Amino acid sequence: MLRRFADWKLAVALMGFLALAGCTKKNTPNLDGSAGQAAPGSVGDFQTNVGDRIYFLVDQSTLTEEGQQTLTRQAAWLQQYPNVTVQIEGHADERGTREYNIALSARRATVTREFLTAQGIEAARVTTIAYGKERPVALCDAESCWAQNRRSVTVVTGGATGG
Amino acid sequence: MFTKSMISRRSLLAAGAAALALPAGMSSLTRPAAAALVVDVTKGQVAPMPIALPSFIGADATTAELGANITGVVASDLQNSGLFAPLPQESYIEKITNFGQPPRFADWRTIQAQALVTGQIVAQGDGRVRAEFRLWDIFAQAQVIGLQFTTTPKNFRRMGHMIADAIYKALTGEDGYFDTRVVFISEEGPKDKRVKKLSIMDQDGFNVRMLTDGADLVLTPRFSPTSQEITYMSFAGGNPRVYLFNIETGQKEIVGVFPNMTFSPRFSPDGEQVIMSLQNGGNANIYTLDMRSKATRQLTTTAAIDTAPSYSPDGARICFESDRGGGQQIYVMNSDGSGQQRISSGEGRYSTPVWSPRGDHIAFTKFTAGAFSIGVIKPDGSGERILTSGFHNEGPTWAPNGRVLMFFRESPGENGGPQLYSVDLTGYNERLIKTPGFASDPAWSPLLKQG
Repeated sequence: MLRRFADWKLAVALMGFLALAGCTKKNTPNLDGSAGQAAPGSVGDFQTNVGDRIYFLVDQSTLTEEGQQTLTRQAAWLQQYPNVTVQIEGHADERGTREYNIALSARRATVTREFLTAQGIEAARVTTIAYGKERPVALCDAESCWAQNRRSVTVVTGGATGG
Repeated sequence: MFTKSMISRRSLLAAGAAALALPAGMSSLTRPAAAALVVDVTKGQVAPMPIALPSFIGADATTAELGANITGVVASDLQNSGLFAPLPQESYIEKITNFGQPPRFADWRTIQAQALVTGQIVAQGDGRVRAEFRLWDIFAQAQVIGLQFTTTPKNFRRMGHMIADAIYKALTGEDGYFDTRVVFISEEGPKDKRVKKLSIMDQDGFNVRMLTDGADLVLTPRFSPTSQEITYMSFAGGNPRVYLFNIETGQKEIVGVFPNMTFSPRFSPDGEQVIMSLQNGGNANIYTLDMRSKATRQLTTTAAIDTAPSYSPDGARICFESDRGGGQQIYVMNSDGSGQQRISSGEGRYSTPVWSPRGDHIAFTKFTAGAFSIGVIKPDGSGERILTSGFHNEGPTWAPNGRVLMFFRESPGENGGPQLYSVDLTGYNERLIKTPGFASDPAWSPLLKQG
């Protein structure tokens, strides 16, 4: 028990650094030579060159500045490919209770959708689903992982190049 | 399926009855033991009562084996309650050979037994068997109760649970909780690709049955208090909604017609309403759906997350969690939505409130300083107590007698997962409920119907 609390404190101390490092890497569009490998308008293009996900602070659904930048790029891409439809998946980290996390992740998906529609994306092209804490992507018991799980992911559901 | 009746003290052999100087009146055989032989369930960590449980006897190998199996179930239930200490059979001096004869009390006193259960299994000839048993007060040298149950041999575990419930009630004055089931979620596969199945088992972890195949994500199952139905949340068709599942037919149906996601369902105590959350944009509010008229009613109207509603046992009030004040806290309101007021006031986030079947407590999950705890609080907000605390404990549910809770505990690590535990209202007697795999979201049934 004592050991676990010690680890926890360490995790908290490192949290700022790790979260920053982790998110920056994940969220920035790929600007090196590999960018050209995904066909324009494809799912790969969206994921690699635009960025399909944004992250949230603990128990928050407010868009970070970085999140807004990613969503602005998503909106521009969706304007460019008007046949594309998307579903926004809201997610929460494991450090919450099941029912609340479902609602919290719904709130995150809603905020994400509202940003896109405010940028002029037709509401009918954007659906949402809330997964709560049911689908984590990072599995460690530390803020570095939980920060990656507090996310909304824009998933292309139709109309992209290359099927 | 079961028949139950009392065994008269007159059926004891005449010599024994005379030695016991039993009263003539036989009508009140199930009254609690006179004076001494009482177990107090309200104090934590009482010394468990030493009880002797020789295997129920049978006239042939088949009934004798059944008797041993049933006695094993009874002993296990009583031991798991933390209130009784079954004495090892090797220590018994008297060998019970005749159910009709009173025990030699001195022999049982010698091994420190305070209570003794004797029984026999009788094959009825119609394929059914009759289990007869007597509970004895060793110091008073008197029979406390005598009962018999009749059923088919394959129901032997339920028979054991019913006998254990009768003993528990006779010695504690409280209803038992052994003849009950738990509905829960079985979890398989890696943490990022968990497969979840609606599942049901006996309260002691036996007879696990998967009710769904894992194709759809399913969460938070809850029993109907009045029918063979479970309400739960399913992501079937990518459309998360509250569903009903019929345990007997296997049929599933969506509960109500709502424009958005519904979740966190629970039945009202009369079984006529399902109460749940309806998501609307960033907010969740609490609604009821009348199962007969299908009429819906909105009970909360905040720009917040209101969820995890649970009725008081009389149906007059509802507890729920809301983050309307900033963080998750427990609120109580009248069943028409009026009089909403916050009752939790400590540090941290309070969630998943569940009203005790006795009405005197509300159990909750609390998250504070990196730990998830299970606790209880009185409906007026006083008397908060933490029962267990650690890395991640969540989702309490009450045994029907309101004395024991079950919850799930996540183990840390990439390969970690949830398991079910029970704990006394006093915070003592924490026990792992063994399941075949990971298990979460338990919900305890009412006492099963006999017959």
